[in-house]
Amino acid sequence: MSEGMRVRMRVDGAEIAADVDRPGESLLTSLRDRLGLTGSKNACEQGECGSCTVLLDGLPVCACLVATAQCEGREVKTVVGAVPRPVRDAFVACGAVQCGFCTPGLLVSVADLLDREPDPDDALIREALAGNLCRCTGYEKIIEAVHVAAEAMSDGVPRVPARSHLHHNQWINVTTFPRGDAETGEDTP
Amino acid sequence: MTTPALTAPAFHRPADLADALAHLAEHPGAVPIAGGTDLMVAVNYRRARPEAMLDLTGLAELRAWSDEGDAIRIGSGVPYARIVAELATVLPGLAAASRTVGSPQIRNRGTLGGNLATASPAGDGHPPLLACGARITIASTAGTRTVAADAFFTGPKRSVLEPGELITAVTVPKAAGPQQFLKVGTRNAMVIAVCSFALSLDLDARRLGTGIGSAGPVPLRAREAERIDLPWADPRRFDDALAAEFGRRVAAAASPMDDVRGTADYRRHALAVCAARALRRVWAAAHTEGSGR
Repeated sequence: MSEGMRVRMRVDGAEIAADVDRPGESLLTSLRDRLGLTGSKNACEQGECGSCTVLLDGLPVCACLVATAQCEGREVKTVVGAVPRPVRDAFVACGAVQCGFCTPGLLVSVADLLDREPDPDDALIREALAGNLCRCTGYEKIIEAVHVAAEAMSDGVPRVPARSHLHHNQWINVTTFPRGDAETGEDTP
Repeated sequence: MTTPALTAPAFHRPADLADALAHLAEHPGAVPIAGGTDLMVAVNYRRARPEAMLDLTGLAELRAWSDEGDAIRIGSGVPYARIVAELATVLPGLAAASRTVGSPQIRNRGTLGGNLATASPAGDGHPPLLACGARITIASTAGTRTVAADAFFTGPKRSVLEPGELITAVTVPKAAGPQQFLKVGTRNAMVIAVCSFALSLDLDARRLGTGIGSAGPVPLRAREAERIDLPWADPRRFDDALAAEFGRRVAAAASPMDDVRGTADYRRHALAVCAARALRRVWAAAHTEGSGR
């Protein structure tokens, strides 16, 4: 092999080939710098912060601690492909997003949790999110968002929680959030 | 722009264990990688620049555990999350320690074999292995050998593991009584232990097993503490003074140092508290109505 090593994997449902030129290149580096998939954030590169959390064959892992070459033939889901819409909406509605840097990793961890536990209590939520650091929110609103997402996913009705940071006359119906253009793959309006 | 050549052996995914061992014998510079939770940190921070890596995550024989009758043989590549989920009943001490490792993300990747190969004095998996009398199976193209957990560590991040060798399994005797693992850290998750302590109680053999973590150059046993005279025949004679004496002996067995996570004095004190608490807990669990023993 004279032109590096080609690793084939499935990322958010698409067959993708990544060329790596050193054996220790991390999945996070390949996703962000080679494939342009910047949903997974790079903060600590030592598995402490969880900002790069992705699902690898369905399990949440830190993409910074996985060598890309270990992913041959495996399935990777980032925040783009792993997170049900109600989870995302609940984070927005509950004020669980402030600076937003930790959000993609948290969303992936929450998606995994709700997949295993449709109605988790606070202790389960705290344990499941122990590997995702947030320096803005103090976590209370994140935990609230998980409960709200769980409820929305169980009955299909999106809602704004009673204890929302939003003033009552500012309440927004999350179903009317402007959506991105699905055809261009644009994520934001 | 030219891409540096990355020849085929630079990242090898062996088909089976024999292939992995043969590859390691032929390419001694190849760095084995499993969960990557230690190695990839070093790579990301440029403390290690492996020219070649050997991927162990595809080896089915390392990713399975088996029931050997009176012990469980855990493949070195079984991640902590599976030890917690699948072995908590038969190996409660090791499962409790596994549950304190890092975060869910780390426990989904990190393995007992990797913990041993790194041989950090603070490795969470080590104290319960010492307390339970676990044995570590090591393989190379020359054959297989087995090392007792308390003979495995030779210094900080050093072990008896030789170049060309891979840890293939850890055999842990099934619990013969209550077991405990206590860990001191700054929060409940994602911490490297300031100190930790594992205790196993074998009621039939009337034996205690101990393991001290993060309070010495290597994980340690507290042999003097294991020899403490317990009122096996009349369990009600057990009292706090006995637990405190056990704690003192455990603290005396440690040889901690001052570092960023804590002082030597604090570690000794915390170990005495943890050890006394652990002994009270296992004794109470073993002699409570309905414990079945």
